[in-house]
Amino acid sequence: MRRLALAAAAALAFAMPAFAQDESEPPLPHPSWSFDGIFGTFDRAALQRGFEIYDQVCSNCHSMNLLHYRDLSALGYSEDQIKAIAAQKQTTGGPNDQGEMFQRPAQPADAFVAPYPNEQAARAAHNGALPPDLSLIVKARAGGADYVYGILTGFENPPSGFKMNDGMQYDEFFPGHQIAMPQPLTDDSVTFADGTKATLPQEAHDVTTFLAWAAEPKMEERKETGAKVLLFLLVMTGVLYAAKRKIWADIHGHA
Amino acid sequence: MANQATHGKPVSQSKIVRWIDHRLPMFTFMQHELNEYPTPRNLSYWWNFGSLAGITLVIMMTTGIFLAMQYDPNVNDAFNSVERIMRDVPWGWLIRYIHMNGASLFFIVVYIHIFRGLYFGSYKEPRELLWMLGVVILLLMMATAFMGYVLPWGQMSYWGATVITNLFSAFPGVGSDIVTWLWGGFAVGNPTLNRFFSLHYLLPFIIVGVVILHLIALHQHGSNNPLGIDRKGPQDSIPFHPYYTIKDSFGLGVFLIIYALLVFYWPNLLGDPQNYIQANPLQTPPEIVPEWYFLPFYAILRSIPNKLLGVCAMFGSIITLFLVPWLDTSRVRSAFFRPVYKWVFWVLVFDCLVLGWVGAHRPEGIYVIEGRLATIYFYLHFYILMPLIGIFERPLPLPTSIAEAVLKKHPAAPAPASAAMGRH
Repeated sequence: MRRLALAAAAALAFAMPAFAQDESEPPLPHPSWSFDGIFGTFDRAALQRGFEIYDQVCSNCHSMNLLHYRDLSALGYSEDQIKAIAAQKQTTGGPNDQGEMFQRPAQPADAFVAPYPNEQAARAAHNGALPPDLSLIVKARAGGADYVYGILTGFENPPSGFKMNDGMQYDEFFPGHQIAMPQPLTDDSVTFADGTKATLPQEAHDVTTFLAWAAEPKMEERKETGAKVLLFLLVMTGVLYAAKRKIWADIHGHA
Repeated sequence: MANQATHGKPVSQSKIVRWIDHRLPMFTFMQHELNEYPTPRNLSYWWNFGSLAGITLVIMMTTGIFLAMQYDPNVNDAFNSVERIMRDVPWGWLIRYIHMNGASLFFIVVYIHIFRGLYFGSYKEPRELLWMLGVVILLLMMATAFMGYVLPWGQMSYWGATVITNLFSAFPGVGSDIVTWLWGGFAVGNPTLNRFFSLHYLLPFIIVGVVILHLIALHQHGSNNPLGIDRKGPQDSIPFHPYYTIKDSFGLGVFLIIYALLVFYWPNLLGDPQNYIQANPLQTPPEIVPEWYFLPFYAILRSIPNKLLGVCAMFGSIITLFLVPWLDTSRVRSAFFRPVYKWVFWVLVFDCLVLGWVGAHRPEGIYVIEGRLATIYFYLHFYILMPLIGIFERPLPLPTSIAEAVLKKHPAAPAPASAAMGRH
């Protein structure tokens, strides 16, 4: 059995290097996340503050096409609050009886309204650069939440002698260090509804928590189910082991 | 597989069972292949991986059937339909994570199963066809896994499909025509995705067919065992049920615990983050890496500067496995009794791990040299060391019987469980 465990460990170790960080990059910051660990859950207050930041800052350039306003109930918003949040945005409805499309306020069943009608419009507004959709950003980057937090807090003046291209910013944690996005968050970029002081680390932490939820909205359900399944499997495997010992006793001569 | 069990002794007390069995001898068949099927009494836990592979195949097919009910094989919808499964389909995230991680675990289980066969000489006479059918299953699995990875239509899906299908352009003369034919167009696109979905659904059923042949070949001569010597009589065997049904069940429990840990707590550990970005034909990802289970083959491909030769070397590594029963010249099966081969086996395991390591890195600097050495060693192992060691190695003396060896190890063990063996 020990050999099997070793083999399993070797197989996993063997699978790991594909995702290892490049050694020459600085190590990512690792703030404490409410959603870390096997019992981790999303901090609801941080999620709501994070959504406020997305709504007021990020959503000016970044879409979140995979989310619907109805999904916000998971953040602790009431149905009326969600209706009000959705109604702030205009979306295209129709066709009506005359066969015409029209603008109407968004509803809870609608997807998050994107800032640009298409990729070309987004690029035209950003000097050719495309602000990526943020629905899955935490799962779509090596380093996950730590990476997103690192990008948001990693804006600096370039080190002396570092050659910057036009219109680019220096970010300690962005691959190649030149990022087209201007620094999006600074102290007091938003005023939180719950009165929390909006420092840059607080904002980066909260919006990253929100984005982590957006990328994996079923995480809490997953971990809760996992605990039950594992408990069952441990008991079942224990019983099977006892049965195995008993059945094999007459072959091996031990009980 | 004649219905021997019915000779003299009725298969069941139940009239209904006897009525059915008289017309369709399925109960006799099960009695014969499960209850009475004589199995060496000394199989170690390394022998659990065959049944684990079979169970994983069933898990993959059932989860896959449910995923296919919600998946859209269209380049515009595929990525979003997978995310819809993750977000809006009840328990969709569970089904998809079981399927996604199941692919990795399937390969871990099958690779261990193959190396088990290599260590204990399970491919030797009279089990050559059993082994070769296993290699066919591996090939079918690789094709299925590759096409399955394309379906979510992420960046790595698209670019992986592009790189691998482009390998066929290495064929002299007709290469580019073959690639166009594979794609159903002039680039990886909607026809490619449609046919990959169709084939990804089809191939597992073909795998089931080959698995049945694999099992028929297995049951013809029964399992090999850690000592690699033949069963000589009833004292060497125990019936498969209950001894190995319970041992396999316990092994399954341990396997499911590891499986559940991945699915519920580290579901994306073995995946590439790039595949959570929708496929974009205009933007090549910084690095195109296949799934981890293909990395050793990818390393062999890239360690040869000539494209055609690289492709040949990569496919050759699997073709080589077909020849193993004849490349190994030793008459002794188990490496327990082969003082030289035993070590060379572990060097091969290490070599494959090195190839996997190299496959995960850009072919630059040290990785180029490492990859070439490891590729050369891979072929050296099978075509030089295996035949020569078989000829020159002096094996240790073999025990006269399985029972003798077991009794030496467990002096308290009683002579064979005669009650259980009564039917033979």
